[in-house]
Amino acid sequence: MQNLEMKKEFKVIADLLPKNTRVLDVGCGDGSLMNLLKKEKNVEVRGLELNQENVQECIHKGLPVIQGNAETELHQFPDKSFDYVVLSQTLQAFYEPEKVLRNLLRIGKSVVISIPNFGFWKVRTKLLFFGKMPVTKTLPNTWYNTPNLHMCTIKDLFNFCDEKNINIKKVVGVNENKTSMINKSNLEIKNLFSKVGIFLIG
Amino acid sequence: MPSLAGLFFWMNIKLENIKKLDITRPLKLDCGKTIKNFPLAYETYGKLNDNKDNAILVFHALTGDQFVTGNNPITNKEGWWVTAVGPGKAIDTNKYFVICANVIGGCMGSLGPRNINPDTKRPYGLDFPVITIKDMVRAQESLLDHLGIKKLLCATGGSMGGMQLLQFCATFPDKAFSAIPIACSSSHSAQNIALNELARQAIMADPAWDNGQYVLKGIQPKNGLAVARMVGHISYLSEKGMQEKFGRKLQEKADYEFSFNADFQVESYLRHQGYAFVERFDANSVLYITRAMDYFDLSKQFRGGLVEAFKNQKTKFLIISFSSDWLYTTKDNKDIVIALNASGADVSYSEIITDKGHDSFLLNEPQFLKTLKGFIDSMYAKFRNEKRI
Repeated sequence: MQNLEMKKEFKVIADLLPKNTRVLDVGCGDGSLMNLLKKEKNVEVRGLELNQENVQECIHKGLPVIQGNAETELHQFPDKSFDYVVLSQTLQAFYEPEKVLRNLLRIGKSVVISIPNFGFWKVRTKLLFFGKMPVTKTLPNTWYNTPNLHMCTIKDLFNFCDEKNINIKKVVGVNENKTSMINKSNLEIKNLFSKVGIFLIG
Repeated sequence: MPSLAGLFFWMNIKLENIKKLDITRPLKLDCGKTIKNFPLAYETYGKLNDNKDNAILVFHALTGDQFVTGNNPITNKEGWWVTAVGPGKAIDTNKYFVICANVIGGCMGSLGPRNINPDTKRPYGLDFPVITIKDMVRAQESLLDHLGIKKLLCATGGSMGGMQLLQFCATFPDKAFSAIPIACSSSHSAQNIALNELARQAIMADPAWDNGQYVLKGIQPKNGLAVARMVGHISYLSEKGMQEKFGRKLQEKADYEFSFNADFQVESYLRHQGYAFVERFDANSVLYITRAMDYFDLSKQFRGGLVEAFKNQKTKFLIISFSSDWLYTTKDNKDIVIALNASGADVSYSEIITDKGHDSFLLNEPQFLKTLKGFIDSMYAKFRNEKRI
């Protein structure tokens, strides 16, 4: 997942965000995205990260980061205290993704969420033809050690937002180096050919 | 061991030769009284550069002093934060100019209850005014003027040092580019106050304390003071850390002695710490400084609460807590982070996982020291960059 595709995803996220805004990166890892946003968009960034080594890495880079668990510690951020809250590829790892999502929408005026798409054709065929839980570059873990508790597809998240009255502003599908806009009319096909879905909501 | 009277005489002579700033400007204390023409003892390490942008102010804890690193000329022992401060250390004195002042109320050369009261020409004892953390901090601000430092690169401190730092940032929002409060709290909890009261009661229960008049006789209430220190030492370690360090190990003996001598290593350790402390610290200073800690409640000062205290902060914060610290818990520290967040301040936070308890900030904790260094170095780059622009 690292390297090229991660970079592509971050590039898409950076393109979605206007300059000079305040952004909270939930699950900010080693701060790569925060660094990118700072450099390219002059964004005022904050990170939340669970892993101690990643926290240290961010601090070394001079990026403000709070060590903590997004599942339990989002309450510390006041309502609408950020223009954007970014959650990159972690929604599926929470015990209660809906609760986390609600919190993100509370904290940010808008929210950017990326998900590994379980509807991607390679994932579907692995399950269909081999009868095994898919292991791909985007989903590298096996069933017993995956942190992903709530896998979903682009279509699932799309429908979820519809049902819960969450405003979808933009959805971008990413496959290798290519990106494409997703809407209701091309949802079925994009759900099949996108490795990652990036949602701008709120 | 020489007699205590002799020891203090000797200490007083040595105290004549340390760096002191005479603060002539009157300082109105929170209690209403005013002090003026008083000494503030301090020490510096490293060199202030030409741009004066490499200064780091360290606030010391309850029983600390201005001798952060190297050799303490009064006790002839290593400085209290030699693990973190020095050439090539996390706070690198080859690169940074480190300043530390003895708090007022203390006993390492700054105005304290052992000093002579100009009104009576006798040591203050309990006539010394009750001071607060804010008083300590305001006294130290004069030192920055004296050294010609407009803005510190960083200010830091653990425990009571962290409390002074929070106060410093709230009172002087423009004085520090960055701040690292470590293992502290924005207000003393009931348990914190209770432990301090235990220490004070131990001192006051010693007949030698004599209502604080012991100074006149050149003695110390050493039994009471030693017990006070033992209380402290228990609170600085974690249950697990203590068990691992001492367990039920006996002190240089094969079996119980069936007496009240120090059979267990942990007893021997406490006794040693207690009585070593008596040689370097003043009992009345313990009373005054613990009182200042108990009165500390930053949200009370700012009626809107803690968020109000940090309003319009430009300082960049890094808060550090230790997982096994039960004196100033992770929650205490996180409450500060939450308030800083709510006020929109630039704040980072890290919890260091360790069994070493509150004392961790004084020990060689690699993760802690790495975090400290990473933050300070990155702040130095930013500070210089900002100044250039």
